[in-house]
Amino acid sequence: MKRVEAQATPGSSGFRIALKKLASRSPLHIAVVVIALLWMTPAFGLLVSSFRPPTEVASTGWWTAFQTPFQFTLDNYDAVLSQAGMARSFLNSLIVSIPGTVIPILVASFAAFAFAWMKFRGRDVLFMFVVALLVVPIQMTLIPVLRLLADIRLVGTFPGIWLAHTAYGLPFAIFLLRNFFAVLPKELLESAYLDGASNMRVFFRLILPLSVPAIASLTIFQFLWVWNDLLVALVYLQDPSKAPMTVTINNLVSSFGTQWQLLTAAAFISMALPLVLFFALQRYFVEGITTGAVKG
Amino acid sequence: MKGNPVNLLVKLTRPERQRAGNPARKSYVHWFWLLPALVFIIVFLVYPVVDTFRLSFMNSDSTAYVGVDNYVHAFTNKTTQDALLNNVLWLLLFTLLAVGLGVLLAVLTGRVRYESTAKAFIFVPMAISFVAAAVIWRFVYSFRPEGFEQIGLLNAAGTNLGLPPVAWLVEQKIAYTGQLLPVPLHTNNFALVAVGVWMWTGFAMVILSAGLKGIPTEVIEAARVDGASEWQVFWRVILPILSPTIAVVATTLIIQALKTFDIVWVMTAGNYGTDVVATQMYKEMFNFRDFGLAGALAVILLLAILPIIMVNIRRFRVQESER
Repeated sequence: MKRVEAQATPGSSGFRIALKKLASRSPLHIAVVVIALLWMTPAFGLLVSSFRPPTEVASTGWWTAFQTPFQFTLDNYDAVLSQAGMARSFLNSLIVSIPGTVIPILVASFAAFAFAWMKFRGRDVLFMFVVALLVVPIQMTLIPVLRLLADIRLVGTFPGIWLAHTAYGLPFAIFLLRNFFAVLPKELLESAYLDGASNMRVFFRLILPLSVPAIASLTIFQFLWVWNDLLVALVYLQDPSKAPMTVTINNLVSSFGTQWQLLTAAAFISMALPLVLFFALQRYFVEGITTGAVKG
Repeated sequence: MKGNPVNLLVKLTRPERQRAGNPARKSYVHWFWLLPALVFIIVFLVYPVVDTFRLSFMNSDSTAYVGVDNYVHAFTNKTTQDALLNNVLWLLLFTLLAVGLGVLLAVLTGRVRYESTAKAFIFVPMAISFVAAAVIWRFVYSFRPEGFEQIGLLNAAGTNLGLPPVAWLVEQKIAYTGQLLPVPLHTNNFALVAVGVWMWTGFAMVILSAGLKGIPTEVIEAARVDGASEWQVFWRVILPILSPTIAVVATTLIIQALKTFDIVWVMTAGNYGTDVVATQMYKEMFNFRDFGLAGALAVILLLAILPIIMVNIRRFRVQESER
């Protein structure tokens, strides 16, 4: 109704209505913009500080950096990457995260296929059991798994932490993939089987290609979960030369707690990849995070 | 759904020799598909959970059974009481604030045209690690004694307003709480909870915003036509319809609150009265080598989460029956 009125009246009056609407809605706009900016401010402060010279960071607030003379430098990144070992840790994070993402998704997709498309006794009970494991806190597994890995001499090794991350990632991965597989069109699979396709063929040629969106979301979630993990790495990967970035930053905090130029640069290096993923694949990213948030 | 099913269909409908593969046929082939996952789950999840239960009834090096001693210790010792109480504080404050802010932001951002940009700003902390967030906020909370220039955002803002600088991460007892509770509350816990809220509000907002979009506009319009104010529409129409979504978000946040480890570990290492159950358990494992007490703390965490597992299973059952 209002819009029709505004169009019917001469230009000046329509403009006045638009202006009035803007005025009545301005508290809303101010609230949204202020909250959004406020939310980004702490992270922005980190980013600015990581480019400031050590003496400046230690003596003045980061918000004063925008006054002349501008003093920005890349020295902090150089220092953190070479002396503090962040370059090595970045590599370690990749070595932990890539197999820690690929293995659980592969293993889970096999199981999810069985749960979604094969009929066997106790299927739903078994699946329900896996769903229940989803929220079991990993604290419940730390001691026995640590002892187990010690027995097979895998504490402080990459394969040890891959095994742990695979197990911890499985319940959610099976849950998500099974639910996605189960709603794929039944006729498609039935006709494939009727034409003599094997399970293998149906799985690799039909199920996996059709499930790319779900697998993408899951990959992002699992990758970030492993990349951002501190606890699992602290407990099972006790070798300092293999420490991923989260562990290294934690050590930097306890040894150089006030060397902000180092800490801010280190933290930003660890955030870079997740941020790139976020901005490049926002849709899959949000889906992955929001469905996976219950994970134990 | 992407991909191109048509090509595959053409490929797969080409006549081939008849092969066994009908899912309805009675066979054991499913075990082949399940085996790798089941081995991982049994070895690294099921067995450890059972074993942790057993260890929680044993002494520090798991050589003798001690009955419920570890549990008695957990609930009577001051350090563990402190950790348990802090977890309760996390559970209440973190969940309430994140859900409350999430609802508010879902409603507010839903009314502006730059909704997705505003939401991205608030959601982006979900991408980074708790460790990075802890560094960011240690910097925000950074403290210098009075008379020195403050480089932490919060103390700089405070001193500009004429307030004395505050060591946000160092223990400050809240008056009288020591008389009401077994251990007094400390203000620095609020500073840590705020970091959790900063990270998780985006999650609550995104889920609640999706729920909000699912409410038919006719329902809201009908209420407005009947003369309800915006305030009444929110409390009497939107909120009741949204309540199942709020329940989902709240259970997720409760689980997160109970498992809190990284934020506390990196920001204070559990010092100054900020220990939670997960950090206390880590200390029992690696500093004091008491695997019995560590196991008991893990079991307490699991028992606190157990009701939520039940709710999850029931919800899953309902979903399946609707399929």
